[in-house]
Amino acid sequence: MAEATFLDSTELVLNMGPQHPSTHGVLRVILKLDGEKVMGTECVIGYLHRGVEKIAENRTYTMFAPYVDRMDYCAAVSNGLGYCLAAEKLLKTEVPERAQVVRVILTELNRIASHLIWLGTHALDIGAITPLFYTMREREEILKIFENYCGARLTTHAFRIGGLQYELYDGFEQEVNAFCDTFPARVDEYEELLTGNRIWIDRLQGVGILNAEDCKAYGITGPLLRAAGVKWDLRKAQPYSGYEKYDFDIPTRENGDTYDRYIVRMQEMRQSLRIVRQAVKDIPAGPIMGKVPKVMKPPIGEVYLSIEAPKGELGYYIVSDGTVNPYRVRVRPPSFVNLQAVEKMAKGALVADLVAIIGTIDIVLGEVDR
Amino acid sequence: MRKLLRKIFLLDLVEGLKVTFRNQDPKRIYTEQYPAERPKVGERYRGAPRLNVNPETGETLCIACNLCALACPEHLIVLYSERNEETRRKELTTFTFDTSRCMFCGLCEDACPVDALELTQDFELAGYTREGQIFDRQMLEEGPRPVQYKF
Repeated sequence: MAEATFLDSTELVLNMGPQHPSTHGVLRVILKLDGEKVMGTECVIGYLHRGVEKIAENRTYTMFAPYVDRMDYCAAVSNGLGYCLAAEKLLKTEVPERAQVVRVILTELNRIASHLIWLGTHALDIGAITPLFYTMREREEILKIFENYCGARLTTHAFRIGGLQYELYDGFEQEVNAFCDTFPARVDEYEELLTGNRIWIDRLQGVGILNAEDCKAYGITGPLLRAAGVKWDLRKAQPYSGYEKYDFDIPTRENGDTYDRYIVRMQEMRQSLRIVRQAVKDIPAGPIMGKVPKVMKPPIGEVYLSIEAPKGELGYYIVSDGTVNPYRVRVRPPSFVNLQAVEKMAKGALVADLVAIIGTIDIVLGEVDR
Repeated sequence: MRKLLRKIFLLDLVEGLKVTFRNQDPKRIYTEQYPAERPKVGERYRGAPRLNVNPETGETLCIACNLCALACPEHLIVLYSERNEETRRKELTTFTFDTSRCMFCGLCEDACPVDALELTQDFELAGYTREGQIFDRQMLEEGPRPVQYKF
């Protein structure tokens, strides 16, 4: 279908981005077009490269923690959790149970916030403007909890290696519970606006199909993989930070198109809420900081630890040479890996569908370029 | 047949509009009229830095231990001290804090053993010059001066 141009007409090469509003940041896609049909795409990245991995090499382990928040700025808490867990594994530190539970609550709230941003902007790309205002309203409540807990809304720096820096504030449980009570009705509201909407279905169903084999071949993780029918979630597969204690399901769908990915993410928000509810019910008492030396000098060695970030598998590979600075920190960002699939998904699609395809991957360019 | 009727009368669009009109209630307006209405930021908010002084004597609480400068990932805190020959104590002479490079991670605040350096709730940090972003000791001790707009 997409092999040759229609009637051998000339191919048109067009730049989409880096200032295009629907590329969610500074992604540049070089399109080969035949009329409205996309014959091929090539993603050009690197416009937001800040050298985070290199910065790590001349910072101590503690000092590097705020920088990881700036990779996936929609899910800064998840980034921080991944880095702290990796560093703790390297230092062989035990995290107190109270700290683990608080970490789970904040990370799951952050997953909801990240999915809300995705839902709002994705719907905006498709042409539904209303959901964005509603999702931002709910996200505000989550950000307010972050602000009251750790003093920042977006780049939170909420966790420290070994546990937590801040004790819970008065009224944390009530605020989280209040959010848990109101939020399901709000998700129903989004679904009312979108799930049955004919335009929404027409624009999404059958667009950007990616089956399970392709997902595995590309190394794609997260909601994209689950929408293709693979039941893979690191929270279940390799539980970390006490996720094995919570009861939740992994939502999956079969078709692997953009509509299925939307459904999977909507259900994931509800599942995250279930985890938050269970976790906030009884937060154990006790210390919040484990035994960590003031000057961290991990033993020589290397460690890889991955967590299920809102966008997929987020991995940290840290090599230590026994000094205070890491020898190398390599980040495996989910967005970077998932972005490869644009080529496969967009071939033969229309330009308008490409906007939906880029939106459905849920990329954050800060994480792609690091 | 039902499907066709739904299509003709655009029922799914009406369903969406129902949600929109449900949210028209003035009680459910969330927009904040900044700057007429100022947000109440969290107690632990990490904003503009301040160097605390003893409220009674006006002397700085800083003991010039340099721990904040060592903890800062961006190395933006520079401070000098002098040893007082009479009391045999280090005394702070200059303290600069470059907020243009600061990412408000709060590590300096955590490192301070005497709670002298503190990140306050002031979030209005925009300025016209780069030099103006570098806070010196006097500015840090005076603390934030929030701008009050009149309407």
